[in-house]
Amino acid sequence: MTEPVDRTTLTAGNAATPAAASPPVAPAPNRSQWGDVWRQFRSHRGAMVALVLFVGIILFVSVGPLIWRIDPTYVDIRARNQGFTLAHPLGTDQLGRDMLARLMAGGQVSIAVGLTAMAIAIFIGSLIGVSAGYFRRLDGPLMRVTELFLALPLLPLLLLMVTLFREPLSQTFGAAFGIFLLIVSAIGATSWMQAARIVRGEVLGLKEREFILAARSIGTPSHRMILRHILPNVLSPIMVAATLGIATAIITESALSFLGLGFPPDFPTWGRLLYDAVDQMVLYPSRVVFPGVLISLTVLCVNYIGDGLRDAMDPRIRGR
Amino acid sequence: MLNFTIRRLLLAIPTLLFISLVIFLLLEASPGDPLGDVPLTVPPEVRDRMRAALGLGEPWFVRYVLWLKQFFWVEPLHWFDQVFGTGFSDGMQRIISFQSRSAVFDVIAQRVPQTLTVVGMSYVVGILIAIPIGILSAYKQYSWFDQIGTFVSMIGFSMPTFFTGVVLIIIFGVNLQWFPSVYDTTLQVRDWDSFMAQVRQMVMPVTVLALYNAAQISRFMRSSMLDNLGQDYVRTARAKGLSERVVVLKHVLRNSLIPVVTVIALGLPTVFGGAIITEQVFKVNGLGQLLITAIHGNDIPMVLTLTFIFAILIVVFTLIADILYGVLDPRIRYD
Repeated sequence: MTEPVDRTTLTAGNAATPAAASPPVAPAPNRSQWGDVWRQFRSHRGAMVALVLFVGIILFVSVGPLIWRIDPTYVDIRARNQGFTLAHPLGTDQLGRDMLARLMAGGQVSIAVGLTAMAIAIFIGSLIGVSAGYFRRLDGPLMRVTELFLALPLLPLLLLMVTLFREPLSQTFGAAFGIFLLIVSAIGATSWMQAARIVRGEVLGLKEREFILAARSIGTPSHRMILRHILPNVLSPIMVAATLGIATAIITESALSFLGLGFPPDFPTWGRLLYDAVDQMVLYPSRVVFPGVLISLTVLCVNYIGDGLRDAMDPRIRGR
Repeated sequence: MLNFTIRRLLLAIPTLLFISLVIFLLLEASPGDPLGDVPLTVPPEVRDRMRAALGLGEPWFVRYVLWLKQFFWVEPLHWFDQVFGTGFSDGMQRIISFQSRSAVFDVIAQRVPQTLTVVGMSYVVGILIAIPIGILSAYKQYSWFDQIGTFVSMIGFSMPTFFTGVVLIIIFGVNLQWFPSVYDTTLQVRDWDSFMAQVRQMVMPVTVLALYNAAQISRFMRSSMLDNLGQDYVRTARAKGLSERVVVLKHVLRNSLIPVVTVIALGLPTVFGGAIITEQVFKVNGLGQLLITAIHGNDIPMVLTLTFIFAILIVVFTLIADILYGVLDPRIRYD
């Protein structure tokens, strides 16, 4: 069994929130930690609206192409630059490709990049954070490395990595998948530092707690200690960092695409669609606005969800 | 404090050396060839001579050390000569751009003013907007002003600058024709008219960057004010009978500015990085645009030098932020 985190001891020393430290008056029949988090999350109105919108966007890009069955790369040169018609609800681009289908396909790539890059960043960040926090010998060197990475100029380096390695990678793995791999790993490798610092801090605090001492006294080996006792208890900061990481990754990917250094032209992403539309923004402003609004809306939703999660996971606020 | 500063400065040296090595090796590992555009009809021996002329014949560590020498020794000497009219750097090779065949630092010096006027201005405007908004929305927490302010700042940092920039161009540059959409760097401010033209072309890029900065700083300001408003000394100040104005603007504001000042210092180098995109949108030929053309053109010395300058900015401003924090907050002791 994992040790349930004793939330009250966290707040015991905090005089500003006596209400949270007192035991709940009438506990519901089976209150789990995640049930509590969900209850608190629901009371954050902005986060709930954002969650609904985000699910809507996910459905739009994942289920949408099953209903709207036009190939996003199908070129119909006679139907180019059309306005909003019944056949093409959001119009067509300069090659007659359907904008609605392209937005859905682009969204799939953008969100996939966001999720994968976040997963990589969180994996590296948690790994480094937990090892630095748990093993005292590794703490110094790993934190030096983190500081070094924090001092790197990230956007220039990302631009550099993507330009330099796009050719060899797209030859080995195919144009689309090679670039996907490159962008995802480049973003992941340059955005794990915040997560590592947060996780390390949490682990350092956890190590002083009684249940860790208890677990150690019965001879728990290090790997089980980390997997069973440490990781479940640092899950909440990791989840908040992960949510905010998705937003940053989506923005970074579209920025790269916007600078012409992202995916190849026939491979739509939201950033790429925006970049392609900029040349004709005077005549067809809607083509710029749709992908831009979708990027902003997704990032806004993710940020709000992260905000709500942070509040919901913070035991000092919960129950107020 | 002095001890701490010296120690940190000494620590910064290996950090910077390591970063420069990382950038250098990254460029070294790249398959791109600066001679890639040379026609295939050029015979191989001529091609080899061209490589040697670009300094590409040596092994990488020789070139790395040579670049370090040029960056840290030749360039400062050259600068010294320029100022005092001496001749220490005569005959020494400066860092030369592959693309333009002129000294990298001369090109950078031409581009810095554009970046500084746009980026610097936008940062100042952003701070000036953010601080009052942060104060007010913390003081009236959960009021409609606070709700709207929080929402707008959320939108502000969720909208990527390339989208806000393009939208502003469509609305104010194309439809209303108020401001020019392309930044004209050849414009020289001589009289009132050219000054107004300069102001008008700066409005949109500055707005875009200022909005983004203001969104982040105002959130910091708000949470910092909230932390301080709940402190005991605020109650004491009110109990003494001080006016609300003095309590908020003198006691609380001064204390809550401490973390905000460090955040502002920490954010400065990232603004240079973020300006890469804004410069691209408004066609400002500043440092960011220089970096992108250099990357596209395989101009290794230019990319290396520029990226390294960005790294120096980050390290220096992190140090400044730490020192400022220690100076402003006497409770912080680094020793």
